[in-house]
Amino acid sequence: MVGDDRVFDDRTPGVEHEESTANVLSYTAGLALAILLTIASFVVSQTNLLWPPGIPVGLVVLAFAQIGVHLVFFLHLGSGSDNTNNILALAFGLLIVFLVITGSIWIIANLNANMM
Amino acid sequence: MTIATIDAVSAERVRGRGGGGPAPTRIVVAYGFWIFILSDIVMFSGLFAAYAVLSGNTAGGPTGSELFNLRNVFIETMCLLFSSYTCGLGALSAERRQQARFLVFAVLTFVLGAAFLFIEISEFAGMVSKGAGPSRSGFLSGFFTLVGMHGAHVTGGLVWLVYMVAQVIVKGLRPHVLRRLLCWSLFWHALDIIWIGVLTLVYLMGAG
Repeated sequence: MVGDDRVFDDRTPGVEHEESTANVLSYTAGLALAILLTIASFVVSQTNLLWPPGIPVGLVVLAFAQIGVHLVFFLHLGSGSDNTNNILALAFGLLIVFLVITGSIWIIANLNANMM
Repeated sequence: MTIATIDAVSAERVRGRGGGGPAPTRIVVAYGFWIFILSDIVMFSGLFAAYAVLSGNTAGGPTGSELFNLRNVFIETMCLLFSSYTCGLGALSAERRQQARFLVFAVLTFVLGAAFLFIEISEFAGMVSKGAGPSRSGFLSGFFTLVGMHGAHVTGGLVWLVYMVAQVIVKGLRPHVLRRLLCWSLFWHALDIIWIGVLTLVYLMGAG
């Protein structure tokens, strides 16, 4: 059927259209990277490998790296044009998350300082 | 150019931008569920913000570094990571209509998720018995709300998994069952992403 071959391949998160071997490989690579980043987070938090005042920043960087690994290898969100809708929704979600978290911390820290 | 080439070129131009006619049900369902997951993450961002604001207010009670056992937290993290992996392999088996393999991976995912939940509940019970329950301080209220909400999502995910396995056994791997499975695996992977935030903000920064 010609109709079925038409490019109806908007991608969904969580689905890979590659060869089946590439699929298992993608999950395994994601698992390996995620374990490495988790161990790195624990090591950074428990040792003085990083300059101590910089440890929270290091942990946040490692967390973002691991979230990226999960999005790419487990949810299969790539940068291809067929993923545009999913990425745009994700970007909007991240914007709201950023506003809620940094906004709350900023405002409450300010209130705290004024109450002292 | 042949008609087929023109078709391919125009299809290429509209990929992922809503062109080229209505998308298949599978795409629409998964996209809608992706929007739900993002709104769930926005809900969690409120709890993360509350915890970040309250985490210093221990009211003379125990602090995170006195309460948290990082060895347990590491085991919990590994349980979730490996359950995401088996969930992914299970989804692959389902796509290839390998029902027996899918069921094996589903059981593994369930066991790993239940192990995570068991460790978390015993951690909560230990804290409450030490007098460090949610009413002890602002820090502990924020902690139990945030971590407990993640635990409630894991519990919901496990119940949903049992329901999905029952559907696969009764109905087989039909297209609509596969779409529900896709939603379930998106949900399970998203829980893992939220756990990274909990691990970093609550446990690693709190115990350091």
